[in-house]
Amino acid sequence: MSAPTGITRATLFKDLRLEWRSKDAINSMLFFSLLVVVVFSFSFDPTAEESRQIAGGLIWVAFLFAAVVALNQTWAREIRNQVLDAYRVSPAPANSLFIAKTLGNFIFVAVLEALMTPLFIVFYRLRALGPVWQLILVAALGTWALVVNGTFFAAMSLRTRSREIMLPLLLFPISIPALLAMVQSTTAILNGEGAHFWIVLLVTYDLVFTTACLLLFETVLNAE
Amino acid sequence: MKRAFPILGILTAILLIYALYQALVAAPTDQAQGDVYRIIYYHVPSAWTAFVLLFVNFGASVFYLIKRKPVADIVALVSAEVGVVFLTVNLVTGPIWARPVWGIWWTWDMRLTSTLVLWLIYVSYLFLRRFSSSGQTPLLAAALSVLGALCVPFVYFSIWFFRTQHPQPVIGGGGSIDPRMLHVLLINWLAFLCFAFLVCWSRYNLEVLQREVDHSQALESLMAPRGGAR
Amino acid sequence: MKNIGYLLAAYAATWIIHIAYLGTIVGRYSRLRREIKPGQVVGR
Repeated sequence: MSAPTGITRATLFKDLRLEWRSKDAINSMLFFSLLVVVVFSFSFDPTAEESRQIAGGLIWVAFLFAAVVALNQTWAREIRNQVLDAYRVSPAPANSLFIAKTLGNFIFVAVLEALMTPLFIVFYRLRALGPVWQLILVAALGTWALVVNGTFFAAMSLRTRSREIMLPLLLFPISIPALLAMVQSTTAILNGEGAHFWIVLLVTYDLVFTTACLLLFETVLNAE
Repeated sequence: MKRAFPILGILTAILLIYALYQALVAAPTDQAQGDVYRIIYYHVPSAWTAFVLLFVNFGASVFYLIKRKPVADIVALVSAEVGVVFLTVNLVTGPIWARPVWGIWWTWDMRLTSTLVLWLIYVSYLFLRRFSSSGQTPLLAAALSVLGALCVPFVYFSIWFFRTQHPQPVIGGGGSIDPRMLHVLLINWLAFLCFAFLVCWSRYNLEVLQREVDHSQALESLMAPRGGAR
Repeated sequence: MKNIGYLLAAYAATWIIHIAYLGTIVGRYSRLRREIKPGQVVGR
């Protein structure tokens, strides 16, 4: 199984290298993270007690924003250089491409989240009553849920009209159970309550949709 | 085949009228809610019919992914459209029922919320069908249908647990139902299923005709001599 | 009993929605029929 993994790794590193070299993307993402947190802070100005109740929702909406922005960029570069056609013609399995793209997006969005979280903590005077490692677990599972479907739908939206609006239009409805789980588990952990059901739900969701997207990606890539 | 349609239409109309009579007159009055509860006879069968149609959509999509037959694609499109119509009916009658009984239009209760999410998923499916370029539409739509169908259990599970943690009044009530009321409910469901079948049939014929016209027009423009025949 | 008003509104809304959808089907159908020029053969 070394060939597909090699391709996955190569594609992933290529994407990461490209992003790292284009400092524009990183700077704009940094600024974007700050903007999102500040705008949210103007909308809601809670006390420390209240903030623990609503922070879960706010943070995940902000993460969702960031994910959509990152995902929209993900295929744009590929289209510009007709890289996609090259992939279709090459013998490389479509799954490798999908995993590489998803991992790349995951890292991208995770970086954004890592930038936004300290800002949220400071602006909202957040203090977690539950274990922090659970928060990180939820963040990872939730981000994966958004990114795996988002990468898939971004590929689907490639040749549709109004490509940029199609991605959130397709992604949001299907993500609702996962979003509910992310928000509820984050809120529960912040308030020192149990989040087991939601975490199990997220794990199941991630497994089911990662499998489904992997199985369907080849079809989508080669459509028409 | 063509002559069957008006006959079935009349039979369905009779069934619908009978079901309406059962709902408004024959069914017993609810002690708690009075006559308003009779909305249930349109509210619930619409949802059940929608579920059947969306299941057909899932089946047709899987069939298309495996066999790639255009008929399956048309069935998928038709069942999704009509399914969304029935979901819309459910989502509209729900608040109309909630208002007099609970005093509010919307409660984010378990059933209405789940139906809303289902509606959102399948409306996004219809948007994909509308916005994608026609060569790819069947495959992309089929893939989205599968993902949407996979999502349905998660929708119900997550909202159920959410509502168990934060209980709200449930529109339509839980618990056991008077067998006479169940009887009327089933009659109305049967009537709506027949109606849905006829609507799907019409939509199917329309789609077949539409595709034939598109096909002919495409051929014509390909074969028209330079300078244009028209 | 103004609650009857809600009952009738719900039933009316149901049929309005169905008739609206059927209307779009009929409308598209007649538009298609008009588009097909007389004598033109439709189909493969």
